[in-house]
Amino acid sequence: MAGVALEDVTKVYDDGTVAVSNLALDIEDGEFMVLVGPSGCGKTTALRMVAGLETITAGEVRIAERVVNRVPPKDRDIAMVFQNYALYPHLTVADNLGFSLRLHKVPRAEIKRRVTDIARILGLEDLLNRKPRALSGGQRQRVAMGRAIVRDPEAFLMDEPLSNLDAKLRVQMRAEIARIQHDLGTTTIYVTHDQTEAMTMGDRVAVMRRGELQQVDHPQALYEHPVNLFVGGFIGSPAMNLVEGVLEHDDEQSGVLWARLGEQRLRLADSLLADRPTLHRYAGRGVAVGIRPEDLKDASMTTGPADGQRLRVSVGLVERMGAETYVHFTLDAKPVFTEDTRELVRERAEMTDNVLEQRGQAPHSECVARVQPRTEAREGEQLELAVDTSHVYFFDLETGQAIDDAASPAPGAAPDGRGDHGGTG
Amino acid sequence: MSAATATASTAPIPPRESWAQRMTRAVSRGPLHLVLIVIALVWLLPTVGLLVASLRPPSESAQTGWWKALTDTSQLTFENYRQILDDPLITQAFWNTVLITVPATLGVVVIGALAAYAFAWIDFRGRDWLFVGVVALLVVPIQVALIPVAKLYGTLGIFGDISGVVLFHVAFGLPFAVFLLRNFFAQIPRELLEAARIDGASELKVFRTVILPIGLPALASLAIFQFLWVWNDLLVALVFADTSNAPLTVAIRSQMRQFGTNFDIIGPAAFLSMLVPLAVFFAFQRYFVQGILAGSER
Ligand SMILES: Nc1ncnc2c1ncn2[C@@H]1O[C@H](COP(=O)(O)OP(=O)(O)O)[C@@H](O)[C@H]1O
Ligand SMILES: [Mg+2]
Repeated sequence: MAGVALEDVTKVYDDGTVAVSNLALDIEDGEFMVLVGPSGCGKTTALRMVAGLETITAGEVRIAERVVNRVPPKDRDIAMVFQNYALYPHLTVADNLGFSLRLHKVPRAEIKRRVTDIARILGLEDLLNRKPRALSGGQRQRVAMGRAIVRDPEAFLMDEPLSNLDAKLRVQMRAEIARIQHDLGTTTIYVTHDQTEAMTMGDRVAVMRRGELQQVDHPQALYEHPVNLFVGGFIGSPAMNLVEGVLEHDDEQSGVLWARLGEQRLRLADSLLADRPTLHRYAGRGVAVGIRPEDLKDASMTTGPADGQRLRVSVGLVERMGAETYVHFTLDAKPVFTEDTRELVRERAEMTDNVLEQRGQAPHSECVARVQPRTEAREGEQLELAVDTSHVYFFDLETGQAIDDAASPAPGAAPDGRGDHGGTG
Repeated sequence: MSAATATASTAPIPPRESWAQRMTRAVSRGPLHLVLIVIALVWLLPTVGLLVASLRPPSESAQTGWWKALTDTSQLTFENYRQILDDPLITQAFWNTVLITVPATLGVVVIGALAAYAFAWIDFRGRDWLFVGVVALLVVPIQVALIPVAKLYGTLGIFGDISGVVLFHVAFGLPFAVFLLRNFFAQIPRELLEAARIDGASELKVFRTVILPIGLPALASLAIFQFLWVWNDLLVALVFADTSNAPLTVAIRSQMRQFGTNFDIIGPAAFLSMLVPLAVFFAFQRYFVQGILAGSER
């Protein structure tokens, strides 16, 4: 039993920076927990507090039921993989791998056996006598992984271990780390700013923003039931399109809700309304409407999307990826412009603050659709998009909270304390 | 499996130099080599001169220059060396030098390294001010300390002792040692120490297994400089060591006369006194490797 628990953990640095505030997170034995969020949101700080490399200002960290606030790193029985690997430059690969075992006075023969085993698992057999400087980036990364695995610790802590690899290797290592973790069943906290990494690797994903936990849940639940604008915009790639709209009831058919986007209207699917009855209370009010790029298709290539499931847009850049095509387009509706979305755009480094401010004031929004590969959409032309209206997201414009009865707020984020995991996909 | 392919595909390909490229490099470095050769000759000439002179009988030395021995090798003899090695004054002085230099060097390196580690990596109150104080001590000239320290040694009863000379050298070697080593240690990536701590190392283990091996180039440089400084020191030894504890420098000086210098003693003694630092230098110079940190990151 080696779960890791953080209870209302807060870190205030000496200069007054509040890096983490009231972080509550329960990581079960054997679980792969990913901490994700934009850079500077406190992920590394949180991990370092678990490792014992940073003092804990308030709250409690427990490893295997033991409070470790005052336990030095060497006595916590955890292993850490650093972003820059931190291999011992004066030691060979074999000695790097065996370093901790030697410190723990493991017999020589046993060290040799375990180092050889790990080297085989990670494909490092031929490199055991090399010094780190004679290794490529990918090989160094493997040694760093091996150094953690060899000890069979209570928990692995990994701080963006793949961020220094090239894209191809990153995808490969992603799968490999997930596999190794699964085989070993060791509790893991994995920090990344890359939402794709988070979604593909985590049993559960904890989204952080400015030192505060936003939501913890299984990847699919995060995707389908983001608790607020920030999580909605952060999870998913390309990002969810967020525009301002107005919810309105239809006079004739009671119970039918429409979302007005500029001059056009979308009829919310019955299934959506059944899941989110709260939406009715927003009738007549402005809301943030979120549509994921993959829920938009080229209408001319799908059979009969009904009225109220179509949007006319003007096409901008068309990116053909082969298996799918990204159609950038402008929609006749105001973009959502709040603290959350501003931060998201900044994080994705798409534009400068100036351009951002201008865009925010514009009467139309820049959006993306991920449509069928053989679409005939062309830049400068009009296109009719079919919208999957059973998967539209709504957020309160003032609070940024999701209007979603199934979304579970992060513990501490809502007044009523810990939420359970929301409905899973 | 995937692991193996990744290893193969990411292995760095060593750059191959063509013959032409190598020639270009050699030629472009020509001027540099020329300068180095000239410097080496300038250094070598007096050294060879001293060696040859030390091998000539005093009667010859008094009349002709050492280069005469190059054409008339029958002059050369080990007689001078045999004599000074039998001379208890010189052998005692040689041992005194060793007894002063080795502890003074070890003391500075060991204490300096421990202090530098604390200054670089252990948080304690007033650390930065204390370090500023140490740096300030760098500019204190040893001359101002001679009289007060002599008085202090008198009270302690170690005036004239080898231990007094050693202590003085350690005390005045430390500020520079701490300054040099702290700055070197501070450049070691923090994550290396943290990795070691997480791997189960105590502070002392971190120091021994990570800091010391990585700091080797700095430690070696410091050891050489301190060794040379103490080995060649005359002033401190003249002030604090009495005759029986005097090192080689003092003994050589005592053979100098305004008229009729005892060259048969000075020549070989000077050469012997030079030989040891040279040996030390060559023994340690391989640790002057650059970039020992390479490969620990990314
Ligand atoms: N040693 C420190 N002293 C003061 N502020 C720090 C220190 N380390 C990090 N911070 C600040 O704390 C915040 C969180 O940093 P960090 O945990 O590194 O974020 P992340 O890993 O999510 O990028 C940032 O605003 C950062 O500037
Ligand atoms: Mg970080």
